[in-house]
Amino acid sequence: MENERKLTIARAMAEATAQEMRIDPSVFVMGEDIAELGGVFGNTRGLLEEFGKERVRDTPISETGFIGAAVGAAQDGMKPVVELMFVDFFGVCFDAIYNLMAKNTYFSGGKFNVPMVLMTSTGGGYSDAGQHSQCLYGSFAHLPGMKVVSPSNAYDAKGLMTAALRDPNPVIYMYHKGLQGMGWLGTEAGAIVHVPEESYEVEIGKAAIAREGRDVTIVSIAQGVHHGLKAADKLAEQGISAEVVDLRSLVPLDRDTIRASVAKTGRLIVVDEDYHSYGVSGEIIATVTESNMADLKAAPKRIAYPDVPIPFARVMEQHCLPNADKIVAAARDLCGAPVPA
Amino acid sequence: MAARKPKASNVSADELTQFYRDMLLIRRFEEKAGQLYGMGLIGGFCHLYIGQEAVVVGLEAATEEGDKRITSYRDHGHMLACGMDPNGVMAELTGRIGGYSKGKGGSMHMFSAEKHFYGGHGIVGAQVPIGAGLAFADKYKDNGRVTFTYFGDGAANQGQVYETFNMAALWDLPVVFVIENNQYAMGTAMKRSTSTPDIYTRGEAFGIPGEAVDGMDVLAVKAAGEKAVAHCRAGKGPYILEVKTYRYRGHSMSDPAKYRTREEVQKMREERDPIDHVRDLLLTGKHATEDDLKAIDKEIKAIVNASADFSRESPEPPVDELYTDIYAEVS
Ligand SMILES: Cc1ncc(C[n+]2csc(CCOP(=O)(O)OP(=O)(O)O)c2C)c(N)n1
Ligand SMILES: [Mg+2]
Repeated sequence: MENERKLTIARAMAEATAQEMRIDPSVFVMGEDIAELGGVFGNTRGLLEEFGKERVRDTPISETGFIGAAVGAAQDGMKPVVELMFVDFFGVCFDAIYNLMAKNTYFSGGKFNVPMVLMTSTGGGYSDAGQHSQCLYGSFAHLPGMKVVSPSNAYDAKGLMTAALRDPNPVIYMYHKGLQGMGWLGTEAGAIVHVPEESYEVEIGKAAIAREGRDVTIVSIAQGVHHGLKAADKLAEQGISAEVVDLRSLVPLDRDTIRASVAKTGRLIVVDEDYHSYGVSGEIIATVTESNMADLKAAPKRIAYPDVPIPFARVMEQHCLPNADKIVAAARDLCGAPVPA
Repeated sequence: MAARKPKASNVSADELTQFYRDMLLIRRFEEKAGQLYGMGLIGGFCHLYIGQEAVVVGLEAATEEGDKRITSYRDHGHMLACGMDPNGVMAELTGRIGGYSKGKGGSMHMFSAEKHFYGGHGIVGAQVPIGAGLAFADKYKDNGRVTFTYFGDGAANQGQVYETFNMAALWDLPVVFVIENNQYAMGTAMKRSTSTPDIYTRGEAFGIPGEAVDGMDVLAVKAAGEKAVAHCRAGKGPYILEVKTYRYRGHSMSDPAKYRTREEVQKMREERDPIDHVRDLLLTGKHATEDDLKAIDKEIKAIVNASADFSRESPEPPVDELYTDIYAEVS
C-alpha cells in the first residue's frame, strides 16, 4: 500500500522499546551515548525525551561495569536493555556476558532469571577496519545460556525487540550497521519496510522464508539476506529458482525450516559475513548433513568472510565480503549451469 | 590570545619556531585529511587532532631518542610529532600500499618500529596496559627509556586503566600516563561520565603523583613533560599528566555535533588556540617576522600537499596482501 508507514530498523527498535517501557516500569535502557545522542546508530532515539534520565541513562565507557551491573539489576527484578556500541568491543566485557549473564540462571538452579537485552551493532563494508567491522555471530551463538537474534528488516526488528523484552532470558540483539538506515552508512532499501503501529512479537527461534524457490536454498541472516534476495532475482532471470531463508535467530536455531527447505531444493548455500571457519556457516551445513544427506544433490557451499582480520582498504575489504554475484556464481555451480567466463 | 604572557623561559627562539612548525604541520595535515575524507578518498571513521596539537608537540620535546609512545585512534598528531613520514600516514588514511600498514590498518591502526610508535588502537583504553608492558620491558632491560601512554578523558573510565595504574606503581614502571582531557568522549561531556573533576587525582589512590597541565600552552606542556620524564628516569615509577585540551572538530568525521554549542568551540578557537599562542610569542618576542612565519606556512603546505599527492598516487594494495602479515614467519 502506498501510504503504509515504513520505518528503518533503528526506528523500529526504538519504537518497540518505547512501547514496552510504557507498560513495563522495570524496563530501563543504558549504554554509551544512548540517551542524549539517541544512540550512535539511532536505535534509542526519542527514549530520553519520553522516559527521562532515570530510565534512559548514558554510561561512562566502562563496559565491564555497566554490563555486569545490568546482570545484577536483571537478577533483582529489572529488565535492562544495554548497548555494546560495536560487537567488536565485546572483548573488554565478555566475562560479564558469557560467564555471568549467560550462566547465572543455570548456576542458581533456576532461582534467578537474567531477563535482559544486550544490543550490539555488527558488520562492515564502510572501511572501518578490523576492530569495528566484525559480525562475531558465531562467537555469541556458540556459548549456551543466551539467545541470539539479528533482524534483516524493520518489521522483524520491532517484533524481535518486543519478544526479547518479554523473554525471561538474556537476549543478544545484533543489528547490522548497513541496515540501520543511517545515511552515512549507506542504505539498504529492503530493510525499510512497513511496520504496524501496535505492539507485536516475532517469535525468537523461528526463521522466515524470505523468498520461495525450488532449486537452491540460500540461508543467511541480517545483511546476508539482502545479498541472497538480490542473487535470487538475478538467478530467476537465468532460470534458477532460489529459496531464501532468513534465520532471524541464531539461538535457538530453527533447524526444521532449514532442513525442510533443503529437502525441497536439494542444494544449500550459506551466506555469512562472519569468519569462515568454526562459525554459523559450518553449523548450518552440519544441521543439514547430520540429518538428511540423501536430500543433497550437491555438496553445500558457504560464502563467508575469509579467516583474516578485516582490512581497512576498501578494495581488500570488498573483495572479502559476501555479495550477490558470489552467491549467483555458487548457485550456478551447484545447479550445474556453466559459470559465465 | 595576547592576554597570555609569554613565559618562554624553558625554550629558545629556535625551539619556539620548531613548535610552531610542528603544530602547524599537524593542523594542516588534519585539515587536508578532512578534505580528502569529504572527497570520499578516506573511508571509515577519521578522528582529527585539531585543537590538541600542543599536547603531543610539547611532550615530544621532553623525550629522548628511544623513548616510546602509544595512543588511541586519534593518532595522526602523535605520528607526525614523533617524526613519522606524513606521506606514509596520509597513504594509510587512503588505504594505499604506501601507507604505514599497507592499507590494512587505516586511520586508527598504524605503527613505526623506527620511531618507537606502538599504535594506533581502536578499543578505548586498550593501549594503557600495553604502554605499561613497554615500560616493563624497558625497565627489565634497564635501558633508561620512558614510555608515553596517551589516552582520553573517556578512556579514563575503563577498568583496565586502574589495573594498570596499580601494577605500574607496584613495579615502579617508567611510564608517563598522559590523559588528553579534551572534555568530551564522543557526545558525552566529561562531567556526565566522570565522578571526579580532576582525573589525575585518581592516581593518588595508587601512590602515583600527577598534575593538571594547560594543554593549550605548549611551553607548559613541555615543562610538565620534563618533570614527569625526570621522575620516571630517576627510577621513581609512573607519573600522570592530565593535559586539559579541546578538540575543535567532531569526535570523528560523522559527528552530529549536538552535544555542545558552536559558541563554546568558537570561544576556544579564538581565545585559547595553541598555534596562535606560539605565533604571538614569536612575533611579540621578535623571534620571527610575519614574513618568516609565512615562509614556514608555505613550507608546511608543500609537505602536506605532497603527502596528499602521494596518498592518491600510491597504488591500492593488491588482493594478495590480504593474506600476508596474519602470522609472522616461523624461522
Ligand atoms: C571499548 C570501547 N568502547 C567504546 C568505544 C567507542 N568509542 C570510540 S571513541 C569513544 C570516546 C572516547 O573518548 P576519549 O577517551 O575522551 O577520547 P577522545 O575521542 O576524546 O580523544 C568511544 C566511546 C570503543 N572504541 N571501545
Ligand atoms: Mg575525550
